[in-house]
Amino acid sequence: MSVARPKQDALDARLASLVVPDGFDPARASALARVRAMGLPGRRDEYWRYTDPADLNAVATPYAARSADAENEPAPFGGIDQLKIVFVDGVFDAEASDDLTLSGVEIARLSEAVDMSWAQDLYGSLEARGQTPVQRPLAAINTAFATDGVLIRVTGQAARPVSIVYTRNSETSDAMLHHCIHLDAGAELTLLESGTVAARSCSVMEVEVSAGARFHHIRTQGRDHDPRTLTHIFARLASGAMFKSFTMTANGILTRNEAVLELVGDDAVAHLAGAALGDGAFHHDDTVFVTHQGLRCESRQVFKKVLKNGAVGVFQGKILVKPGAQKTDGYQISQALLLDDDSQFLAKPELEIYADDVKCSHGSTSGAIDETALFYLRSRGVSLKAAQALLVLAFLAEAISEIADEALAEDIRSRLESWLAGHGA
Amino acid sequence: MLNISNLHVKLEEEDKQILRGVDLAIGPGEVHAIMGPNGSGKSTLSYVLSGRGGYTVTEGTATLDDVDLLGMEPEQRAAAGLFLAFQYPVEIPGVGNMTFLRTALNSQRKLRGEREISAGDFLKLVREKAKGLKIDADMLKRPVNVGFSGGEKKRNEILQMAMLEPRMCILDETDSGLDVDAMKLVADGVNALRGAGRSFLVITHYQRLLDHIAPDVVHIMAAGRIIRSGGPDLALQVENNGYADLLAGAA
Repeated sequence: MSVARPKQDALDARLASLVVPDGFDPARASALARVRAMGLPGRRDEYWRYTDPADLNAVATPYAARSADAENEPAPFGGIDQLKIVFVDGVFDAEASDDLTLSGVEIARLSEAVDMSWAQDLYGSLEARGQTPVQRPLAAINTAFATDGVLIRVTGQAARPVSIVYTRNSETSDAMLHHCIHLDAGAELTLLESGTVAARSCSVMEVEVSAGARFHHIRTQGRDHDPRTLTHIFARLASGAMFKSFTMTANGILTRNEAVLELVGDDAVAHLAGAALGDGAFHHDDTVFVTHQGLRCESRQVFKKVLKNGAVGVFQGKILVKPGAQKTDGYQISQALLLDDDSQFLAKPELEIYADDVKCSHGSTSGAIDETALFYLRSRGVSLKAAQALLVLAFLAEAISEIADEALAEDIRSRLESWLAGHGA
Repeated sequence: MLNISNLHVKLEEEDKQILRGVDLAIGPGEVHAIMGPNGSGKSTLSYVLSGRGGYTVTEGTATLDDVDLLGMEPEQRAAAGLFLAFQYPVEIPGVGNMTFLRTALNSQRKLRGEREISAGDFLKLVREKAKGLKIDADMLKRPVNVGFSGGEKKRNEILQMAMLEPRMCILDETDSGLDVDAMKLVADGVNALRGAGRSFLVITHYQRLLDHIAPDVVHIMAAGRIIRSGGPDLALQVENNGYADLLAGAA
């Protein structure tokens, strides 16, 4: 595979500014080789047509001002007992973090995990698998150059949620975090993530869910306006494994959340959901690839976006059912609520099915607030603003209902309400 | 209570006159019925009074207790005591019926400068009112009107009315889509709310509903105007002879 000359130059410039850290040697070297073969992503790549990767490719971090909105945001998941792991501008902050001991869980910092064989095996392996059939060069760059992250091995029932808290203080910080999570058979973990990683960030999370294990992931991406955020989740599910991930995004000039899920074992269940709220300079992209390989697996994708004042939402979701993956149950819905005529939603749902006994459905819609419902609520005395907020929350309800824990769902709901109250709907 | 004078209304989007000088006065505690053929402007009247968009008032006034209704937002009209029971109650997926009722009740209280109702008091009140209308706990939990039968939707409208305690209630073809038993249940709910301080405007095609909700005055509407008013026997006359005679008389 050869990379065109201009692309090659851009890649060389990008890589020249980066240093390969110690540790995870074979994985980093092979990731670097992958990057060199692929080059940087460009608008002409099929999965980058709707989102311009220029800011993510740039050698220098685009300046990201601090916003008052972000300062005012209440701490996420307050009142929920959790083990906090804090990163400031992409660097682990031991002082702000809790003690990393937790019953049923082993936690280590990426840079200190030289002798952890499970992590050596996992690091970069799911990312590498996720490069076919769709290339994700920025994820490979992360594997090669990631400087920090957490390694979590769950051996039993995690005593409480592990919560990764990101804060950023710099207008120009550039972070590459790489997290590895391994759930042993039958283990269970709730992982929380909150805040803005850095002025620009490219993250990778690899999640190995062994047989019968259960992984819950709830993420809120901070209310910061200017950061460029790229995340990747690569997950592999063994027999009877469960993976559930929900992401709330409010604000952000550029956010792209990629998820690559492989249902390898039989009877595995994977749910992905997202609620995104954008007002003005907002570009939000969910790019999802779910591969069904095992028998009787279920996957659900529920993505909702609320857009106003020229905000842009993108959804690219694919379900691939491999030969033999019979009795697959795949569901995908992506919907946008456009609060004005200036906003837009670009959706590309895809199904590729090579088995004959499967159930797969997908839908994508974009529409305005239902005027009839709005009038109905107002005719009962609900103010215009409150009625709009109620209908927006109703629109998001299907995504929020993917959060199994009621206290966490309530936290997300109040966060959505607070954003809506501040944005006139 | 409700005073409508020389009300002229046209559609906002096109130059089509719907109401052409409606005059109507409903006193406290009175029940008035409006009957009339399709397209006579009955539903438009109810929408204009409750503040639905899409209409332009070109002439005339409408006041509730001498307060100008037409200048108010729909929610302000509701807080002032106006209630419209919809001909087609709206389904709102994702909004729980209880949440809806409580939000509506507290919004009105807030607009009137009153204290919000406590969660406990609200629950007690809604259970009591729901029981009389045979609305079970499941219906209260479900999203507003989603999956409700025609009868359930209309009962849900009456439940809202009972909870919000408006002073001026407009029932827009509440009998449409109801079987005899459901109509009886809805009528009982309405009758339970009748009292000296509360007035009703019942819009209907058929005399049948008026057997259950006995009106004080019956009006016949045609081509955007009230062409005849009388006692309950006027409704019987329509039932027996149709509108043709009345329309001919008016012309």
